Parts: sequence; structure tokens; C-alpha cells
Amino acid sequence: MGHSNRSGGAATRRPKAAILAAIAATVALAAAAPGAAWAVPEWNFQPPVTTIAEQIIGLHEYIFWICVVIFIGVFGVMFYSLYKHRKSVGHQAAQFHENTVVEIVWTVVPFLILLFMAYPATKTILAMHDTTAPDMTVKITGYQWKWNYDYVQEGFGFYSNLSTPFAQISNQEPKGEHYLLEVDNPLVVPVGAKVRLLITAGDVVHSWWVPAFGVKQDAIPGFVRDSWFRAEKPGIYRGQCAELCGKEHGFMPIVVEVKSKDDYAKWLDERKKALTVAADDPAKVWNLKDLVAQGEKVFTANCVACHQATGKGVPGAFPALDGSKVVTGPKDAQIATVLNGVVRDGKPTAMVSWKALSDSDLAAVITYTRNSWSNHTGEAIQPAEVKLARK
Amino acid sequence: MSSVPHDHVADGHAAHDDHGHGHPYGIMRWVTTTNHKDIGTLYLWFSFIMFIVGGCMAFTIRAELFKPGLQIVDPEFFNSMTTLHGLIMIFGAIMPAAVGFANWLIPLMIGAPDMAFARMNNWSFWLLPPAASLLILSFFVPGGAAAGGWTLYPPLSVQAGMGMDLTIFAIHMMGASSIMGSINIITTLLNLRAPGMTLMKMPMFCWTWLITAYLLIAVMPVLAGAVTMLLTDRHFGTSFFNAAGGGDPVLFQHVFWFFGHPEVYILILPAFGIISQIIPAFSRKPLFGYASMVYATSGIAILSFIVWAHHMFTTGLPTAGILFFMYATMLIAVPTGVKVFNWLATMWKGSISLEAPMLFAIGFLFLFTLGGFTGLILAITPVDVQFQDTYYVVAHFHYVMVAGSLFAFFGGTYYWIPKWTGTMYDEKIGKIHFWASFIFFNVTFFPMHFLGLAGMPRRIPDYAQQFADWNMVASVGAFGFGLSQLIFLYAVLKCIRHDGAKAPAKPWDGADTLEWTVPSPAPYHTFETPPVVR
Repeated sequence: MGHSNRSGGAATRRPKAAILAAIAATVALAAAAPGAAWAVPEWNFQPPVTTIAEQIIGLHEYIFWICVVIFIGVFGVMFYSLYKHRKSVGHQAAQFHENTVVEIVWTVVPFLILLFMAYPATKTILAMHDTTAPDMTVKITGYQWKWNYDYVQEGFGFYSNLSTPFAQISNQEPKGEHYLLEVDNPLVVPVGAKVRLLITAGDVVHSWWVPAFGVKQDAIPGFVRDSWFRAEKPGIYRGQCAELCGKEHGFMPIVVEVKSKDDYAKWLDERKKALTVAADDPAKVWNLKDLVAQGEKVFTANCVACHQATGKGVPGAFPALDGSKVVTGPKDAQIATVLNGVVRDGKPTAMVSWKALSDSDLAAVITYTRNSWSNHTGEAIQPAEVKLARK
Repeated sequence: MSSVPHDHVADGHAAHDDHGHGHPYGIMRWVTTTNHKDIGTLYLWFSFIMFIVGGCMAFTIRAELFKPGLQIVDPEFFNSMTTLHGLIMIFGAIMPAAVGFANWLIPLMIGAPDMAFARMNNWSFWLLPPAASLLILSFFVPGGAAAGGWTLYPPLSVQAGMGMDLTIFAIHMMGASSIMGSINIITTLLNLRAPGMTLMKMPMFCWTWLITAYLLIAVMPVLAGAVTMLLTDRHFGTSFFNAAGGGDPVLFQHVFWFFGHPEVYILILPAFGIISQIIPAFSRKPLFGYASMVYATSGIAILSFIVWAHHMFTTGLPTAGILFFMYATMLIAVPTGVKVFNWLATMWKGSISLEAPMLFAIGFLFLFTLGGFTGLILAITPVDVQFQDTYYVVAHFHYVMVAGSLFAFFGGTYYWIPKWTGTMYDEKIGKIHFWASFIFFNVTFFPMHFLGLAGMPRRIPDYAQQFADWNMVASVGAFGFGLSQLIFLYAVLKCIRHDGAKAPAKPWDGADTLEWTVPSPAPYHTFETPPVVR
């Protein structure tokens, strides 16, 4: 800043100096901005709720200020030289072109500075990688384009889909407060517990990222990676998929709800109860109307991204269901397709296996596709038929 | 480079060489040419056209991101835009521009009559337009153009339609072109130097290109291998990157970045070379620390082979691997620092004047160093975990690629265009171009640091509301930056139409390399008799 003041004084005298001063001032301001604006969230890191996220912010701040000091020092010299050693002020060029001592100094000093950066960074890395002794484990699976959270020890799991209505995305409705950062079923964890994450993917590479936790781990199909966090404060924390995973990559947010120990226990209880109630009774016989109504919900949560609400798909990429031979043909073939996915030339396609859905949901969504748009088979597929086909 | 004396006898008969050889005229002159100057010109125009094409894609991206919500394009097309913007700018704009400078200048700087393999030179260039056509064509095939990012990560790229196949073939062709170009440059530099010009007397631009050419030969085949494996995974039943068949998707990332990291030095080292010519010329003082510049450039090149996994810190590498790649990456700051200090020491106590080439060189120095610092911050693994795949990374690499490579090429164009066209560029227009580019560049890319810090992922067509303000600023800047390049086109066309002062053989009093000893414009054939360098 001292430098910009100095050339600022000169600015009144010379137009060229004014330009130089303007650059110096802009840069000094710009460089200082992230530090000066701690309070404005969209300039800087989200408030941390884990010690790792806190350490990361501290590390960034520490290295950032070292860089700022070096930057100002180095370019202070350059601007001084630009100001003093110009032809237009009559400066004669010296002809020196080497100086061993100086050259050794500016090789060794940066190296030493790097050591001071490497030490705290190494400590944080070691802490980040310590996934031992967790209080609980959640298996996270990324799919195009949603997340699945599996509470391994509790024996249940669920999908987590974007809940922002399409009307907001297509600008037909005003956007909500948590536009694109809201889901139907958030991951719920207790405060203060060390949560170990087992992260994988079902189709392409995704990346599970919650900035406030300082956790970002790629989800690699076919491999399980682990990570962990211990949230110190109850609240709702939001993140997004961080690895390009196709068309709806921007629309698969992550929401984590950190509850107090009691609230978490209550939530767990309710979840388990709801599970037994909803537990699918494959013997139940549904009527066509209920199946279509339930099927539409399942379709919206799982199928709409590719096959579209219109059932027309995306030409060239995702096939239409409206008028499709599979959907209007024999029902057994369609049940098999939805259950097992489509494999072409030995390679899985974007049409993955939907075995993870319940028999009722599958029966409903298949019925829905067979009785929507221009498809009018009038057939009601019953959960029992899906159950049979699973074997 | 004060050691290169100006004792070259200008070839008095050079001007006659333009005629009487039965050269084809019109379009066939350019198709059949084996002349390094013609081919240099072709490369430069090709790269400018690709720069405009890639720029239009950037316009589309920034227009969509101007406001939250989907307005202009659908998400899949948006992904194609980011993918092709990256591929076209890297393989179509920056690399060919660097080769264009090499073609024009390397023979002139070392006193050679032409490149060593003149016909292969023609072939290296003429591979590029078909490759670019494949990329453009891919928009019109079923499924559209590649949309998995320029990094082409599987399994996403295995899912894609035939646009991906066209992209793979385009990469093969551009790779073959680069390898041939590199062989040509290495052979020229090692065999065709004028008597007396030892390696350690070569202009710095020749050194940086020599090292770049070695990097290209080392890593382009690796990229070709990676995309070929992708191709066979897609069509011929192999499972290199498919876990279900015993492969590993992360293997692709390792192979890709083993190419990809040296690649970023391939993009920047020629720019370092140009800057190392401009700064001494306009400081009227020899380059400080010539030998340490050579060693630093080589050091950067060698280190570039052992840092690739810093692009993969979030893939779940072993702790020991992460530590190794973090330390190695941080180490690059040392030789890069040496280069920056050397440039500053060159300016120190010089007799500086601020013509357009020098303005671009200073703009380069300033903004590239800023990009270097964000690079250092990104090297720190825990911080990188927050920044990986966010706009912070987008800001970082545009600071080193646009304000780095591109600014150097602009500076280089203003510096050498008197030699190329025989006409001085309009200094006022050049300066306006610099200031417009400099200001709009920062308006575009500086706010992206904030977006990354606040947590906006890259490659998304729509974003949460807290990112709206800075995206709007960035979009305004992007349109300003793009339109500013029309000023550049105007300045160049003015020179080509000889609308300006006639250029003397050596318009820059601080320049001391051999190209300034031949008349301006440089005759069609130069140095048929090698100059003697003492």
C-alpha cells in the first residue's frame, strides 16, 4: 500500500505515472480483498464446522499473506524500476548481466520459504487421512444425477435428489433461498460424531464435496474411497458434486443436516419405523390409478433427467419412452430392462440397473410409463410381478 | 545476448528471390509452400481463427452464466462448450501460435536458411485444419460434440456419442502434427545454427523452444495412448478404464496428466522465450542471468514430469503419494521464481521504454506471477481439496494461459510484426489493445477467485444465488475482453496492408538478435549464406 501512495503523489504531475499508480492501487486493493472481506460470505470460504476445514482456512490465510508480501515486494521493485529507470526520464542503461551471489540468494530463500509452507500443510494432510476409530459409517454412492446414502450399521439407505422445482431453473418461478442447493432427503448425522464415509459411484466419476466440512472426495465407480468428518455444530450444510458427471452435473447438490445427539436418535427411530410401515408389501394389489400416481413421483425422482417429463427423451442421447417399442411392448421385457439396465456390447449404458428401488416403486413407475403420454396399454403392473422377475 | 554481434552482411540479392522460381500463386502457394515464413504465417492465422472460434464458445459460456437459471443453452450443449473451448484454445490456438512464432523466428535467429525438414513442416501445418474440422464437425453428429470436459475422463467419455470419436481422431492428428513440428525444431536448432553460434549463445526464445520440443516429443505419444485406450474401451471391448472388466477409471487420469502437466509448460515455455527477447530489447540491457535462465527452464521441464498427480489430489491417493506430489509441485516455484527475478533484474537500471510489446511483457510478468502464486496455493494439498474443480482453478489457469501465454504472443506479434510485414504497427492502437485486454482480463478472471473461494464448482451451467454477482461481473469482462481482440485484428491488418510507417531493418534499438540484421519485411529467402557469429 505504501508503494501505491508514493506513485499516487506523482500521479498529479504526469499522466503516465497516473496510469502506473492506478495499476498499483488496483492490485494492492485486489490482493487485499479476500483478507479484508472476511465477513462477506460470497468472497471467501464458508464458515468451517470441522477442525479440518478450520485448519484449511488457516493454512490458506497463512500462505496467502506470505504470497501477498512477496508479490508486493517483487512488484514494488518492478514499479520502482519502471518509474526511475525509464528512457523518457533519461536513464542510461547499465550493462551488467549476472551476479552469482544474488542468483544464489534468490534460489535459496524461496526454497526456505517453501519449507515453512510445507510443514503445516503436511500436518493437516496427515490429520485428513486418519479415518480410524469412527463413531459411525455412511456409504455414499454417486449416480447420474443423485446421491445415495446408506447407513451401513442401521441397515437402511435412501436417495437424495435435487428438490428445486424445474420452474425455478427455467425462470418461470422466482428462485428460492437455497436454489440448486436443496434436496428431498438430506444426509443426517449427529453432532460431534466422527463419521466415516465410504464413497463410490454407480456410473461415472462424481465428487462428494461439503465446503464447510473441508471434505472433497471423488466417487470412483468400481472402487471405494474413504474420508471422514466430525461436525462440531448442528445446522444444515450445503455442497455440490465437484466432478463433471454429465448433463445434470450442476444439479446434484449435497445437503447434510447435523442434528444434536437426541434429535438424531429421534430421526433414526422415525426412519426405522417409517421403513417398516412403507416396507414394501409385494403381495399388495394396487389399482391402476394409484400405481400411476405413485409412478409419476418415482419417475420424477429417478427418470426425468434423461427421459424427460415429456417422455420424449433427448434425441441422440437418451431414448424416448413415449411410443417406445419396449414400453408399449410385452411387459416382462420392460420389467427386465428396468431391473437389469441396458448393457450394449458388454458395456453398461446410461440406463443402469434400478434393482435398488422397491418392488412397489418399480411396478408403479413401469405402470406410469405404460399409461402416460401417448402410451395407453391400460396395464397395471403389480409389485408381485416385479418381485418374481428379480429372481 | 550481447555476444551476438551485428556483423552479418545483408544479402543484397535477397529481394530478387521472391521471383523467378516458378512458385505457385494464390491458394496453391500456401498449400504447397515449404518456406518457413509462409508456414509461420499459416500457423499464426490458423491459431487466430481458432482463437476466435474458441472465444465464441467462451461467449456462449459467459452468456449462459450471466444470471442464475438456464437461459440460452441446455446443459449438455453447455458442457460441449466448456469441453471444446478448452480443446480448441489449447490445441488450436496456443500451441499453433507458439509453433508459428518458432517457424518464423528460429531460422532467422540462428542464421539458418529454413527449417531442417521443409516438406514435413508443410505437412505438420496442413494436418491441423482437418483436425479442427473434425472438432467443429462433431457438433453436427448424433449426440453432439464431446461434453466430458477437455480432460475426457472416463467413464463419462465412454458414455458419449460419436462426437467423442471425432475428438479422439482430432487429438491424434494434432498430436502427430506437434511431434513432427518438434522433430523439425530440434533438428533445426541442433544442426543449422550459423558458424560460431554455440548452444549457449542462442537467443533465449530458441532455448525455450528446444526444451518445449523435447517435452512435446515425450508426452504427445502418451496422450495419443490414453485416447486410443479410450477409443478401444468405447468400441472394441477392452476394459482399460472399466472397473467391471478389471480396469481403473483413475488410470486414465494418471496417464492423461502425465501428458497434461508437461503440456502446461509446453504452452508457457515459448511464451517465456518471447518475454526473454522483449524485456532486454525495451530495457536496452542484456538479459540478466542467461545461463541460469537456461538451467531454470530445464529444471521446470524436468520437474514437470513428476508433479502430475497434483491434478488428482481428491481421487484418493495414498498419503505418501500426496506428500510427494505436493513437495514436488511446490519445488517448481523455485526455478519459476528465478525466471521472474531474472526478468526484473534485466529491467533494473535499464533504459526502459513502454511500447506495446513491453507493455504486454510487463502485463505478462505481473499477471503470470499472480497466477503462479495461486498455483503455489493450489499445490498445498489441504487447500487444493477445497479448490479442486472450482472457479479458483479456472481463475488460476486463465491467469497463466491467457495473461501468460496469450499476452506474450500479443507482445511478440507487436515486437516482430515490423519484420514480418515491413510496416510498423500503430503504437496508439497497440497501447489501446493492451489496456483494454489488461483491464477486461482482470474484470473477467479476478472475480473467479472469489467464486472458487465461496465454493462454486466449475463446469456447471447454472449456479446458486450467492454466486450471481461475481458471475455477472465476469461475464461483462469476458465480452469486453473478447471484443478488445478486434483491436488487435485491426492493428495487424493495418500492418499487412502497409498502412503505417515503413519499418527499418531494426526498429528496436535494444534488440540484438540476428533477425534484425535482415531487411524488413524479411525477404522470402534469408541466410542462404550463413552469417558468422563471434
